[in-house]
Amino acid sequence: MSMFINGLLRLRRGPWEMVASILIAAGVIMLMQPFVLGLYSYSFIVTLVGTVMFIIVSHFPE
Amino acid sequence: MTDTPIEKAARKTPDGMARRIRGLSDRTIAWIFVAPTIFLLLAVNIFPLIWTIRLSFTNFRVNRPNRDVEWVGLRNYERILTDPDIWNTMQATAHFLIWTIVLQVLIGFALAYLINKKFKGNDLWTTIIVFPMMLSPAVVGNFWTFLYQPQIGLFNYIVTFFTGGDPAGFSMIGDVHLAPWAIVIADTWMWTPFVMLICLAGLRSIPDSIYEAAECDRATKWRQFWTITIPMALPFLMLAVLFRGIENFKMFDLVVQLTGGGPGNTTTLTSIDLKREAFEKWRTGYSSAYAVILFVTVFGLASIYVKALNKVKER
Repeated sequence: MSMFINGLLRLRRGPWEMVASILIAAGVIMLMQPFVLGLYSYSFIVTLVGTVMFIIVSHFPE
Repeated sequence: MTDTPIEKAARKTPDGMARRIRGLSDRTIAWIFVAPTIFLLLAVNIFPLIWTIRLSFTNFRVNRPNRDVEWVGLRNYERILTDPDIWNTMQATAHFLIWTIVLQVLIGFALAYLINKKFKGNDLWTTIIVFPMMLSPAVVGNFWTFLYQPQIGLFNYIVTFFTGGDPAGFSMIGDVHLAPWAIVIADTWMWTPFVMLICLAGLRSIPDSIYEAAECDRATKWRQFWTITIPMALPFLMLAVLFRGIENFKMFDLVVQLTGGGPGNTTTLTSIDLKREAFEKWRTGYSSAYAVILFVTVFGLASIYVKALNKVKER
């Protein structure tokens, strides 16, 4: 866990890609879940933030 | 001494052109070769994408090109993301996507595993299994419409042969609960061979020596399957899931032909809904916002999937 946080603080690709991937996955689940309309409403912004973050952090050093 | 093909080509180049090219750096020559491709890519992919994003913030309607176009900001996105009907469409797409991928991967891998065994008529069976994939989706949609006919359709007869009851007692494409499964079955029938072919390539790439070494170590068939076959075929399986996932997210033709999105809106997938908004209701700005939402979703999913695929390959 501390390695993960260290990686985030030192702007390393692995942990940041993990955060971006979790955001994208959460956004897609929110978009397609059949339970809460509110989650559906915020799904796009979550996916968009995750996707943009993924593109940016994939240029961070390993 | 024989000339190389490059030397021969250089000698055939007209003098004037040779003189002109000699003055250019390697980098410039490389750009001259790459430029048409980059230009085409920009014109065909990037420009429409940027234009769609721009239109998504307007109330433009393509059937009224002379009307003033208003900048509406995020209103199109707001309306799409609070619309319960589009939410239902997303759920229908999720149902279709998840079940087709699960069924196609399971059946496709099982078929590939069987076909990979050496037996008589192996090639003939491969050809027969691959046959549905060669058909046009419109033909498959039409074909399955007949199979699902309650009175004359073969599907109902086969189901009631095993379960009992009246073949005309249920309609696969007329029932709100069965119609989503009708499109899953038709798509699985059509595209399982594709997954099978990719899995077969994966299975055939595993060297026999690994299994022989496992036999020497007295590993059971079950253990060989889970520790050799699955890990080594996994990149191929993931590739099949990626291809089918992207394709099924934008599934249109087969479903339109089979159910037309009905009954009600139960089989209206996002691409069908998008087409209706764009080319039946002519709400171009609104449908552009819809398309951008779908694009970001597929792009985001594909990004994390490709990352996972690369990790598996590195292992």
